[in-house]
Amino acid sequence: MIRPGKMLRELLGSLFKKPSTIKYPAEETNIPDRFRGRLKFEAEKCIGCKMCVKDCPANAITIEKVGEKFEAIVDLDKCIYCAQCVDSCPKKALIATTNFELAQLDRRKLKVKI
Amino acid sequence: MGIASALFNIIVFPGFLFLGVMGLILEYLDRILYARFQNRQGPPFYQPLADFIKLTAKEEIIPEEADRRVFKFMPIIALTAATTAFFYIPMWGTSALFSFTGDVIVVLYLLTIPTVSFFLGGWSSTSMYASIGAVRTLTQLFSYEVLLFLGILSPMLLADTWSLSESTIYYQHHPVMMLLNIAAFAISMIALLGKLEKVPFDIAEAETEIVGGSFTEYTGRLLALFRMAIDVEMVVGASLIAAVFLPFGLMLNPVVAFILYLIKVCIIVFLLSLFRTLFARLRIDQMVSVCWKYFAPLALAQILFVMIVKGVFL
Amino acid sequence: MAIVKIPIGPQHPALKEPESFLISLDGERIQEVGMRLGYNHRGIEKAAEGRTYIQNIYLLERVCGICSHSHSTAFIQAVEEVAGIELSRRAKYIRTIMGELERIHSHLLWLGVAGHEVGFDTLLMYSWRDREIVMDLLAMISGNRVNYGMNTFGGVRRDIDKQKQQDILTAVDALEERTKYYAKVATEEITLIKRLSGVGYISKEDVYRLGTVGPTGRASGMPRDTRKDDPYAAYDEVDFNVITDNHCDVYGRTLVRVGELMETYKIIRQLIKNMPDGEIAVKFPRRVPAGEATSRYEAPRGEDVHYVKGNGTDKPERVKLRAPTLANLQSVSKMLEDNNLADVPITIAAIDPCFSCTDRMIRIVDNSKGSANTTDWETLRKKGIEWYRNEKGIDFTDLNKKYANIRKVD
Repeated sequence: MIRPGKMLRELLGSLFKKPSTIKYPAEETNIPDRFRGRLKFEAEKCIGCKMCVKDCPANAITIEKVGEKFEAIVDLDKCIYCAQCVDSCPKKALIATTNFELAQLDRRKLKVKI
Repeated sequence: MGIASALFNIIVFPGFLFLGVMGLILEYLDRILYARFQNRQGPPFYQPLADFIKLTAKEEIIPEEADRRVFKFMPIIALTAATTAFFYIPMWGTSALFSFTGDVIVVLYLLTIPTVSFFLGGWSSTSMYASIGAVRTLTQLFSYEVLLFLGILSPMLLADTWSLSESTIYYQHHPVMMLLNIAAFAISMIALLGKLEKVPFDIAEAETEIVGGSFTEYTGRLLALFRMAIDVEMVVGASLIAAVFLPFGLMLNPVVAFILYLIKVCIIVFLLSLFRTLFARLRIDQMVSVCWKYFAPLALAQILFVMIVKGVFL
Repeated sequence: MAIVKIPIGPQHPALKEPESFLISLDGERIQEVGMRLGYNHRGIEKAAEGRTYIQNIYLLERVCGICSHSHSTAFIQAVEEVAGIELSRRAKYIRTIMGELERIHSHLLWLGVAGHEVGFDTLLMYSWRDREIVMDLLAMISGNRVNYGMNTFGGVRRDIDKQKQQDILTAVDALEERTKYYAKVATEEITLIKRLSGVGYISKEDVYRLGTVGPTGRASGMPRDTRKDDPYAAYDEVDFNVITDNHCDVYGRTLVRVGELMETYKIIRQLIKNMPDGEIAVKFPRRVPAGEATSRYEAPRGEDVHYVKGNGTDKPERVKLRAPTLANLQSVSKMLEDNNLADVPITIAAIDPCFSCTDRMIRIVDNSKGSANTTDWETLRKKGIEWYRNEKGIDFTDLNKKYANIRKVD
């Protein structure tokens, strides 16, 4: 029936329950394992085909040949963490970790070799 | 009264310092209850003090076309009027700091002055959001003011006096008579919600419609004083209702009576926070029609009931 | 009081995204509403022409945060139709599950926003707390709370195994209980009903005339739902009702959205029960053959139309979107006739506006001259610089030099 104060019982009950606020960063939160964070590169598997560079929507990753091996350099501020490069790589040399705490005070520190 | 004791009363107790601290504590109680009702964590205990200090440290910006003197003067008037009203309200014992016949009317009029100062502050800002908010404050005043007066009046009628302190003496001798005023207690709580501009009657400062209402252009120290005036108004309003409708236990030891007074005020603030959480905000035309169609007849019926009881049984 | 013109927006606490409504008031009654769009235009259609198809999936996903899966799926469906590729049934089922989970999260978000606009913050806190169940579920399946990145050409990128299906069913049970509680609150709390009833009225004839789509139109009795009229993905294999209502006001829209939530739970349970086996993606060519296709998708806000034209290379030639909010915006000025100022926020919120979806390129046709004018990039830029120099006295040449110097330092 229509009356004022329909939520009264729920409100009074909430006084005695634990608040549902997650106190991040004071407490840890659980991150799902499919979360796409910072990339990890396994240099021995890379064959230098550059499919990842071609498919990146943000032009964030570059592959350079250093000596005999390949190096990957990622712009952490350009990357949109879509993990398309992870799927495009034919040798599975790139992995998405769950690290997301990537903030820096200096912009130059965000261009990293992974 | 000597100069020293007068200064002590004005500045420390029950003057600006005591009322300021009580205002901040009650604001904290209101905010943490609001948060816990909504299953959230709520602010830490020093939050209202931190807000006040932060606001005083900010720059004051006054709009170019505003009336400077009125704009700067209104917060001081609001704070002073609310503080002065507290001198006539008994907290323990049966007499307040000052009392004379007719002081309940003076207290109610002193509580109207902050509302008028909100209107003048908003109107002198010459911003369109502030003008609309100021006009809404006055329209709201027309709805709840009569209810507040009628609600406070019926216990006074039963006690046959116009002075708050004397009414507490009457109720000390006849404690059962308090139960006859239940309807007036409900009406006064609703009217107090309107005076303090809390949901469902916070139409004058509706954040999602007119940004800030009368306070849109206020910044810095002036806004800090306005917010302190609202907090002190809450202390004074809650104390008034506690003194008029819950006047028991006043003759005990002063310390015990003072603690009992604090508990009564906390209960009233609990009820105010509960109403704030339960309801949605009404529109201004809905508020006027609800107040005049449903609550005003109830208040009049309560007064009629009190007069019949007085005439027939006493 | 004389006629006062009050601006709601572009920056206003009632709007989540910038849009300009200029409202002429007489006291508290609305006389006239003027609208300006375009504050959120980001040039997505132009940007899509310079990127390959695979890069475009992620670009189009970020058109809107709340209906991101809708835009992504609609685009991919259009391209798959151009290329003539048929999906596996399991991929269709997974796409539908993600779409329905997105509908749950969008409608719960709307419930909270509607509560906030009428000053009922408690409803906001509670419904957003329960929305966290869906967000955690979406993060568990796809890896992210919004912008899921689940779609790829030929299917989906991630699979839903038995354990995740069980988690989905548990979450749907919990959500269904909470939704029933919110339905009771919406129909029994008197202050809420007083604020929502009789506000934003639009009749059935006006809905057909102005082309309103989605729950806004269905609340006035228009029974159009793209999932039933033009089934895509797995919608032809599930059984559900189209919820309509006859109130024609904001209260009706609330009832339609809560009813759609209950239908969504039914759909998800059927999909999980009948999930077929198979692979999740088929092979897709990098160069899409020439052709054009239009695809429609029922986003939580209404019907979303995508048009893609390919010319045989690996970049599309033209991508055009029509978001549902663009169709609903024209009815806002009709709805606001004869209402109070206090009803403006809830009326705008009731069409569930998503102005990020809306702002695309529109050709302006001058009715008096009967001609249409299209300017290109460089002319527009020069025109802007000229205007600022002549009208406002601001000269940009020094600023440009300083900006060029800043960019040079790495």
